[in-house]
Amino acid sequence: MKVTVKLFAQLGQYLPPDAQDNQVELDVAAGATPESIFAEFRVPPENCHLVLVNGVYIAPGQRGVHALKDKDALAVWPPIAGGNSR
Amino acid sequence: MAWARNILRVNLTKGTCANEALNMDWAQKYLGQRGLATKYLVEETDPKVDPLSPDNKMIMATGPLTGTCASTAGRYSVITKGALTGAIACSNSGGFFGNEMKNAGYDMIIFEGKAKKPVYLLVENDNAQLIDASDFWGKSCWDTEEGIKAKHQDSQLRVASIGVSGEVGVKFACVVNDMHRAAGRSGVGTVMGSKNLKAVAIRGSLGVQVEDAEKFLSAVSAGKAVIADNPVTGQGLPAFGTQVLMNVINESGALPTRNHLDSQFSGAGKISAEAMAEAREGDGKSNLLTTAACFGCTIACGRISTIERSHYTVAERPEYQIASGGLEYEAAWALGAATGVEDLDALTFANFICNEQGYDPISFGATVGAAMEMYESGTISDKETGGIELKFGSAKALTELAELTGRGEGFGAEIGLGSKRLCEKYGKPELSMAVKGQEFPAYDARGIQGMGLTYATSNRGACHLRGYTVSSEIFGIPEKTDPTVSDGKAGLVKAFQDATGAVDSSGLCLFTTFAWSLDDIAPQIDAACEGDWTPERLAEVGERVWNLERMYNLQAGFTAADDTLPKRLLKDAAKTGPAEGKVSDLGKMLPEYYDARGWTAEGVPSNKTLERIAL
Repeated sequence: MKVTVKLFAQLGQYLPPDAQDNQVELDVAAGATPESIFAEFRVPPENCHLVLVNGVYIAPGQRGVHALKDKDALAVWPPIAGGNSR
Repeated sequence: MAWARNILRVNLTKGTCANEALNMDWAQKYLGQRGLATKYLVEETDPKVDPLSPDNKMIMATGPLTGTCASTAGRYSVITKGALTGAIACSNSGGFFGNEMKNAGYDMIIFEGKAKKPVYLLVENDNAQLIDASDFWGKSCWDTEEGIKAKHQDSQLRVASIGVSGEVGVKFACVVNDMHRAAGRSGVGTVMGSKNLKAVAIRGSLGVQVEDAEKFLSAVSAGKAVIADNPVTGQGLPAFGTQVLMNVINESGALPTRNHLDSQFSGAGKISAEAMAEAREGDGKSNLLTTAACFGCTIACGRISTIERSHYTVAERPEYQIASGGLEYEAAWALGAATGVEDLDALTFANFICNEQGYDPISFGATVGAAMEMYESGTISDKETGGIELKFGSAKALTELAELTGRGEGFGAEIGLGSKRLCEKYGKPELSMAVKGQEFPAYDARGIQGMGLTYATSNRGACHLRGYTVSSEIFGIPEKTDPTVSDGKAGLVKAFQDATGAVDSSGLCLFTTFAWSLDDIAPQIDAACEGDWTPERLAEVGERVWNLERMYNLQAGFTAADDTLPKRLLKDAAKTGPAEGKVSDLGKMLPEYYDARGWTAEGVPSNKTLERIAL
């Protein structure tokens, strides 16, 4: 099955050099989880602060068991936040 | 201590400047800055006053910690009745002006009346005078700041000014200090312009005293360690700034796009923090040049950017081939996603113009988005726009309107009305994405339910800085809540609003609260100020400030009917993303919120509540 992996901010360094717009499409085996994808890209799990699948938050305890489905989009950020302060 | 205990009262009608003692009883109840200045405004003006009347007052106010060595302690606010909204307005700015004002010995400067001709206020510690500003009227904020410094041969003067937009009555004009920091929202610069006050220039060297210096330094050190150790304030914001939010909010399905017709933008990646850091195809340089920090800040979220020299906006205009402030997330959203424009350099140029001519990029971009929808639906045409092809996604329309709005010319004068007045003028009031006349910032109320309630109840009109529940609903600070669910959001919004009221009254930056709770802030205030300042007391100050602002608005003529959202967010479901099929659940949350606040079903603070918070 195919999933889209999006690694943002400092995590962009773990993407292949030819990645566009901080994302790549990937063929993965059934049963793949966010954590198995982190391992595939060699992203240290402790740097995976905000993890969304199709925009829905995946809690830390679920990242090793949440089974990804075909055409899912996994998006990951290191610790970040913001807004402006005017 | 910490407070200077001193107010400068400037009567522009009479041309006088006079010192008076700060009311310390009020300082103990309202702390400073937003809270204390609102108390003065409430006591001294009629809430029904025309915002642009000489009878309205404008207050520049610092907090007790402003000018101290606490992290981010350089903030000041401009408090008045807002020109855009007709509601209480309080716009907060960083940079270095607030510190200078406090070091000149003033907690507040209260401006009243209207000068017969343009003036600026020059303050050098206890010497304050009004000076003819004829030479600067008609000039931008940038030229005014540089001109005043040159005239007085003092490059260390700190200047807050209005641009041409504030002179010509653009309803969302800012007060800009230090070239690109701004008291940005609600039209506080429009009020300043109505008083013929062009600028305030300050030099202060008196220092700021604290109650217990040893205890204060210890508390400040502990606070700075918390900021440094926190991944958001210690790493995320310094490295990527607020613009890192662009992809986060888009992926979360809450990035309002093309006047809220959609809630995800296909061009988000092209206008994001990641894009700002990428090498451009043309010159191989990145849009982002470096980062910047305000006075005393140990976070440094500010961005300094450049435009590629061959870009159409600057190719023939070397004066804009510079490094200047931006983009911050809210501005990038309004200039980009809200209009469908994905040209990063065009957004950067429009943001430069907003800073140069002193107007709010959020209200500007959102109003352009509304005008684009009216253009595409045939409500307005080239006849109204003066020939500008105002289609969603047009970078050239955006940048041309930025310049016209800054000067109040052509269709730019109509954009300068703000979306509420503009859409009403053309018979489409439902297309204004605003609350109490102020345009939304960058979070869709269908995808982040708490923000819908925050917008609807915000005392200064739609705003993310009156209760940033995004912290909890997206980032899990202090704990994660589901952004698509409305349960529990009434209490969450109230807690955020009250804590924010306290922080905004202290002299500190709200961004510290990604790392700090009131438990971290209270020891710093307690050491600096006389009186016992606990986290609980600060929360009570915040609640008191919120209710004081609410009472002002009720007396100004607002009612519970104004605590609402545009029909689009209440009736038209999000089309994509996690919130697909959802609308804002405001109808359920609002009564729960009134109850949590101790207000009546009509949204009026009950006598019991007012008694409880000593208001």
